[in-house]
Amino acid sequence: MKPQLLKKLQQIAEQNIMDIEAHKNNGNHAIGFYCLYAPTELAVAANAIPLPLCGTRQAPIEAAEETLPRNLCPLIKSSYGFAATDTCPFFKFSDIIVADTTCDGKKKMYELMNDIKPVHVLQLPQQQNTDLFLEPWKHEIKTLRTTIENVTGKDITDESLVGAISLLNQERKAKKRLMDTTKAKPSPLSGMELLEILFKTGFFADKQKGIDLLNEIAQACEDLIQKNESPYTDKTPRILLTGVPTGLGSDKVVKIIEESGANVVAFESCSGYKQTFQVDETIDPYLALAQQYLSIPCSVMSPNQGRFDLLDEMIREFHVDGVVDLTWQACHTYNIEAAKVHNFVNKKFNLPYLHLETDYSESDTEQLRIRIEAFLEMI
Amino acid sequence: MFIGIDIGSRTAKGILFDGKKIIATAICDTGIFPRRSGESLFQELIEKAGLAQKDIKKTVGTGYGRVSLTLADKTITELSCHAKGAHFSCPSARTVIDIGGQDSKVIRIDQSGSMKDFTMNDKCAAGTGRFFEIAASALEMDMETFCDIRPVSEPFCQISNMCAVFAETEIISLLAKEISVESIAAGINLTFSKRICAMAKRIGISNDVLFVGGVAKNSAVKNALARALDIQFHPFEIDPQLMGALGASIFASEL
Repeated sequence: MKPQLLKKLQQIAEQNIMDIEAHKNNGNHAIGFYCLYAPTELAVAANAIPLPLCGTRQAPIEAAEETLPRNLCPLIKSSYGFAATDTCPFFKFSDIIVADTTCDGKKKMYELMNDIKPVHVLQLPQQQNTDLFLEPWKHEIKTLRTTIENVTGKDITDESLVGAISLLNQERKAKKRLMDTTKAKPSPLSGMELLEILFKTGFFADKQKGIDLLNEIAQACEDLIQKNESPYTDKTPRILLTGVPTGLGSDKVVKIIEESGANVVAFESCSGYKQTFQVDETIDPYLALAQQYLSIPCSVMSPNQGRFDLLDEMIREFHVDGVVDLTWQACHTYNIEAAKVHNFVNKKFNLPYLHLETDYSESDTEQLRIRIEAFLEMI
Repeated sequence: MFIGIDIGSRTAKGILFDGKKIIATAICDTGIFPRRSGESLFQELIEKAGLAQKDIKKTVGTGYGRVSLTLADKTITELSCHAKGAHFSCPSARTVIDIGGQDSKVIRIDQSGSMKDFTMNDKCAAGTGRFFEIAASALEMDMETFCDIRPVSEPFCQISNMCAVFAETEIISLLAKEISVESIAAGINLTFSKRICAMAKRIGISNDVLFVGGVAKNSAVKNALARALDIQFHPFEIDPQLMGALGASIFASEL
């Protein structure tokens, strides 16, 4: 990646905190979001900044364990720990937190978090694409609209909502364009670079700035592909990482895979390719949001056929040589679904598959390394 | 001539290979200086065969201490090395169960000896050689005496803890109830075998199955595990503890 683009990314990331402060000082609002299921369009439609919240670092976990059980997913502990220790700037800026009843650990944690800052919890159905669940989910989205209107004092009109959908569609399109550049063999980006870009742009207050930068970086990558420039060769093993989300601080598996000589070309997770959908701009905006967001294929859904359809598409299109399935410790849904993914990857694609269960700490680095190296030796 | 060195968590193993057969073998404790253990194995092997360092064309290092082996031309994980060694010892091998000092693995291999899938134990002493060491010490025995305990007939006493630390506590409480050492030992072997059996079934077992690693020398465990898996282990010539080093030496000959 071009150093000047990384520098620009860093500059905007540093400027970002000031941008959010300025926005808030002008009487506007910020709303914190934990999960991909909550439509951030509703915040944008009320001229509030949708902020992703910290939850990918080990540091606050010790503090979280004063309240939460130790044997819990590190993502939940880290999220709660950041809130409890007041060390996440984005949590601090948020006037309200929006969360969803995804897994058991999260929904019960949000009850505790509500004592720190008001949390609006969306009741997420656990089954998709049926008339039975679509209506209640649409109702939940409309309830969130009312909450956001109350917090911001602004009316969310259909017009402003459609505008927000269109803006965020552009953002998702730019993310997809960037992520699709690693379909090239060899790919122009390392998995760590891709992860860093997606992670940092996610926090940008100014959506348009983020979209422009994503497109600029994607363009630079496309140019590299044209010139056949890559840090890799045709022989570099191409890995698809599936399962739980990863971000800066929870990236050790990506690092070890790439230190061992492979390239993570695809992230089938809610921090990666699951963010690349488009919301229908031609139908009722609430129906469009409800349909699209409910179809996100997280392992909390049962059944979760969407994940296998997405894996199928990605394994083909990214020319994948092996699949690594990452589960955070005590994440039951991904941990159990791993058996199906194992079978799917082995049987349908005859590709090597590795399931890893770990947390954010560095304590098992060498144990992970031996598993990852042996896995790469199978390719 | 080629050398394979396997620096395990508890013992270090070396094999001198001429490209077709094993010329010399050596084993020592890994100790606190894995690199030195590897170097002394190297010396021992060439001395045994009356060779000089220049006669060794390539060396491959494996095992948890492989990164410390500065004399190795290449390092390869012990999983691939076990697969390689097993295929060489027995071309019909399709499954390798390796129980070493601090981890255990089940490896599925194809007809060409390539590793197709594997699974490893959780990241603790449960299901490893270390578990037996702790159990033996709770019974105030060294490993040799523990392995020689005469088998008893069923019903065995039940050891419910697989955690090496909790199992020690459980063994002490069984001793306090004056349960015989033989019965406790049989219980330990049975519990251990069930654990490995569940792990092996995760990736599927197909014949022939080879049981390798230091723990494979314990015939009571071997019998208990064979019974739990409802199979017979395929016999092979070499010391099961040397399988990883053998694989490494074969890889060295192919470099």
